Amino acid sequence: MAKRIDVKDLDIYYGSFRAVRSVSMTIQPRAVTALIGPSGCGKSTYLRALNRMHELIPSARVEGKVVMDDQDLYAPGMDPVDVRKHVGMVFQRPNPFPTMSIYDNVAAGLRLNNKRLRKSETDEVVEESLRGANLWEEVKDRLRKPGSGLSGGQQQRLCIARAIAVRPDVLLMDEPCSALDPISTHAVEDLMAQLKENYTIVIVTHNMQQAARVSNYTGFFNIAGTGQPGELVEIDETPTIFSTPTHTATEEYISGRFG
Amino acid sequence: MSNTGQGAATARRVRKRPADQAFRGITTGAGVLILVVLAGVAAFLLIEAWPSFVAPAEEIPGEGGLVLYIWPLVFGTLLASVLALVIAAPLAVLIALFITHYAPRKLAQFLGYVVDLLAAVPSIIYGLWGFTVLAPATRGPAEWLHEYLGFVPLFAGPPSTTGRTMFTTALVLAVMILPIVTAVIREAFLQTPKLHEEASLALGATRLEMIRMAVLPFGSSSIISGSMLGLGRALGETMAVAIVLSASGGVTFNLISSGNPATIAANIALEFPESSGVAIDTLIASGLVLFAITLVVNMIARAVINRRTDFSGAS
Ligand SMILES: Nc1ncnc2c1ncn2[C@@H]1O[C@H](COP(=O)(O)OP(=O)(O)O)[C@@H](O)[C@H]1O
Ligand SMILES: [Mg+2]
Repeated sequence: MAKRIDVKDLDIYYGSFRAVRSVSMTIQPRAVTALIGPSGCGKSTYLRALNRMHELIPSARVEGKVVMDDQDLYAPGMDPVDVRKHVGMVFQRPNPFPTMSIYDNVAAGLRLNNKRLRKSETDEVVEESLRGANLWEEVKDRLRKPGSGLSGGQQQRLCIARAIAVRPDVLLMDEPCSALDPISTHAVEDLMAQLKENYTIVIVTHNMQQAARVSNYTGFFNIAGTGQPGELVEIDETPTIFSTPTHTATEEYISGRFG
Repeated sequence: MSNTGQGAATARRVRKRPADQAFRGITTGAGVLILVVLAGVAAFLLIEAWPSFVAPAEEIPGEGGLVLYIWPLVFGTLLASVLALVIAAPLAVLIALFITHYAPRKLAQFLGYVVDLLAAVPSIIYGLWGFTVLAPATRGPAEWLHEYLGFVPLFAGPPSTTGRTMFTTALVLAVMILPIVTAVIREAFLQTPKLHEEASLALGATRLEMIRMAVLPFGSSSIISGSMLGLGRALGETMAVAIVLSASGGVTFNLISSGNPATIAANIALEFPESSGVAIDTLIASGLVLFAITLVVNMIARAVINRRTDFSGAS
């Protein structure tokens, strides 16, 4: 659980278009790393390269290295399916499976990984995951109801419960609160603070206050202009980035002068 | 609720526009026309079939009465159609999955085009193919089935020497309905929300597991409606069955022998030119039954789909 990720000289292409250039960073375990930057600078692209979700787009490819503890995620024999079992993902729009109950949503990943699970074991993991996602008290009486009946914030926490039920090492979140109201956002932020005890968390956010509130490290991505690749300008401890960043671009962005 | 409804209605009345009104009239007329045609067909069938309802049993062909005449035809129709669907539906799901989730884009487009093309082939062509190619080709397999699975009533035999059996007929019907069923299912699979596919893949699902988790549940109501559409087509298929099936009446699940129940549509086509008087009325009565069966099938399909809409919610 909670592994470190070392990214070295990562380039990401869509066909011949280079969307992200030469990113190197170390993502610390048991901490929240926030990625900020103007839209279109490749934050989502970069995040999805960390669990090889970008491979769903036929033209997308990467060059460079992503090493989790000592495992090269892009090693020739590495199966992207296995990578995603260890590096979970939460999306911008809550996406519980509409045909499944709350219980089945949480158990969905478990059933993939371990088909012969006993009912009592599944029960246990479902409860644990829902508790871990701060959702248990709200749904324990309606586990058999469809997950799509929950509020947006509850649905997003259900998706987090579903992601942590498979016990990943890393949790990637792409603007997990941008579709939520302030109260739900608060609930999810609280949850992140809890989850970082056990997981490595990487979150993309448009909201700089959120980055400041929830993260231990903040990376700033920027783009020179349209058609140019996105680049990592700097990454450091969050208080440092928000008080004394090294680059003026970072300072200008966080002080709201552009972006 | 009723207040706002009235408000909206008033607002609409104030903003009458001639072109809108005229178009509204035309579309309403077209909608009504469909109902009138449907009612007209039902009325025609009822009136024309009526004499056979009141005729004494010995005047009905076969001299056993109307029910005894029509029942084996109903049985044969349902047997051939359901069997065709049982063969075609799983195949259609597999083809649709291949086109939408496995084939490279170019090949997928080509296959989609071929499937649509197959739907446009006239049924008489399928009939000729079934008669000249498929029927002889089924003799070997039918003998094999009889020899090794003869204890199953479906393959009790003895195998027909011509191959013009219920088995062959169901195969021809399956090929005929495959395109339409595939087309409906393919459309649904294409519309599977990306975000649910991604949700399952991000959990570490393989492509097959993703299909089971996200694609099939989302497409399930379309699998049903596509199947019902295919079933409707199989129920009413006339020419191909008339050519392929060598019917001798009777009610049997034996699929490979030479004694096969006829189907309603094929029976009408074959008997009509030779019939007169009550025999014609009887054929029309069987047509009325076919009409009722297709209506019921469609209604069941609607009901199933409606029951599932709150579950398929593409949120
Ligand atoms: N599927 C794709 N195919 C081609 N280009 C893409 C695709 N997805 C994103 N891009 C491009 O990659 C760049 C980075 O996009 P993205 O990672 O979504 O940025 P961000 O998440 O920071 O807003 C943009 O120029 C975008 O147009
Ligand atoms: Mg993005």
